[in-house]
Amino acid sequence: MRWRRALLPIYLMAALTYMFIPVMVVIAFSFNDNQGRFNVVWQGFTLKHWLDPFADPGIIEALGVSLVIAMLAAAVATVLGTLIALALARYNFKGRSATNVLLFFPMATPEVVMGSSLLGLFVALRVGTGFLTVLLAHVLFIISYAVATVRARIVGFDRHLEEAAMDLYANEWDTFRRVTLPMIMPGVFAAFLLGFALSVDDFIVTNFTSGSIQTFPVYVWGAARRGIPPQVNVVGTALFIITVSAMLFFLRWQRRSALKKA
Amino acid sequence: MTAIAAPTPVNPIALAAARRRRRVPYLLLLPGLLYLFVFYLIPLISLGRMALQSGNLQAGYELTWEWENFLQVFTTYRPQLLRSLGYSIGATLITLALGYPLAYAIAFRGGRWKNLLLVLLLMPFLVPFLLRTLAWRIILADQGLVVETLKTIGFLPDANGRLLATGWAVIAGLVYAFLPFMTLPIYVALEKIDRSLLEASGDLYATPATAFFKVTWPLSLTGVISGTLLTAIPAAGDYINSQLLGSPAQTMMGNVVESKFLSIIDYPSAASISLTLMLAIVVAVVLYVRSVGSEELIA
Repeated sequence: MRWRRALLPIYLMAALTYMFIPVMVVIAFSFNDNQGRFNVVWQGFTLKHWLDPFADPGIIEALGVSLVIAMLAAAVATVLGTLIALALARYNFKGRSATNVLLFFPMATPEVVMGSSLLGLFVALRVGTGFLTVLLAHVLFIISYAVATVRARIVGFDRHLEEAAMDLYANEWDTFRRVTLPMIMPGVFAAFLLGFALSVDDFIVTNFTSGSIQTFPVYVWGAARRGIPPQVNVVGTALFIITVSAMLFFLRWQRRSALKKA
Repeated sequence: MTAIAAPTPVNPIALAAARRRRRVPYLLLLPGLLYLFVFYLIPLISLGRMALQSGNLQAGYELTWEWENFLQVFTTYRPQLLRSLGYSIGATLITLALGYPLAYAIAFRGGRWKNLLLVLLLMPFLVPFLLRTLAWRIILADQGLVVETLKTIGFLPDANGRLLATGWAVIAGLVYAFLPFMTLPIYVALEKIDRSLLEASGDLYATPATAFFKVTWPLSLTGVISGTLLTAIPAAGDYINSQLLGSPAQTMMGNVVESKFLSIIDYPSAASISLTLMLAIVVAVVLYVRSVGSEELIA
């Protein structure tokens, strides 16, 4: 009987390890002393790619575009998503179920469909694709995730605090600014982080809407044909380390504010 | 009851406030839903228009109600259609088989490590998707450890046995990419289950297996369904895995849409294929909403 209780935890560890295998490969190959254009066979350890991460000027340029778009798209989508989340979590209104369905669709739509439909619209309107069209597309696919993230936070907190504020003659705006917003802030921040991560990582929708502009994933896709420079792995690893630190920092901050409340 | 009906003097300020309050949710929804309308619904409608056009890039396109464009999805592109369906179903079943026990382990055995385990499950997403898929190309490579092991135990033929450029590699890539999308909704559903129900079934002498099939599984079904939707649909439309891990013999619907839109420039065909995929989703979502309701959709 005893060994059977250990089965599930062992499976859990194995599954998580499986999730991390490609991550470890990406990290390992940023240290690969590869010969020639391709970086697919392990040939020895070197730090040279880390010392010269931007050997290919295309990398830093694409990375810059990705980061700026992610920042803007996540910010816009978080604002729009937070407003929708407030409506869904705090009010009962006609059209609520239609709103839920409408919000689910962008999450379930395959990226090719979303990307091709946007490109179709831009072609029909004769709008040139580039920075702006990528930004518009990214906001679109982040909104629903932002709604879900913020809504989870609003549902979790005590409604009575808002009612107390209203009883004390705060108007709706003051109640929102002084009570609701500080309470849901961790959710809003989490939505921003998630949106940022989704945007930086997106390839398919971006590929349809980017025209000649290159984000980091679009650059990687192009490079995959002629051999990916190991510096791409360096940048991928660095992105991983930075975002993991940001996430851990956020979780600590959230825990601490939760402890303060208790 | 009659007190309410009595002609009490109506406070006009309170009435205006109530009316304003009723307007608030719509004002909150307006900007976001307007955005979805302009950049989600209108493009889909425009895609529908495009799918019914005929012509070519040089001469221009004209709306001639070419319903035949949709037919070619089932004739010219039947292999891609069938592969998309097959890979998607295969990947979804494997992800479900892997993801359910994973979600179960986190929900019921995670204890105080639950949040950490969820964070670990999602952490690989912080490495760009393309790089992780390219990493699978290294892992499944012809002289790699996985292929050699499979040859040793006889799962692959010794001569020219390979994984890359086969449907198996594409399915493996899809399974990896969508496992968290399957696991999370199931976890959320399992987490909500009232633990006293399971204790009660034990008190009534149900074996653990009976308790699972009579209590846990039915209550987790909403999670299973949304996980299945979130895996099966995007997997059917994916073209990254078939492009990077497969060969031209593994192309899916997504590959056709991509090449028709971005390299061959045949908008009507691309639009009709894309729209067929979309139609499949609408059907799936409608079935889901009818069986589960709309509140759980984006929770």
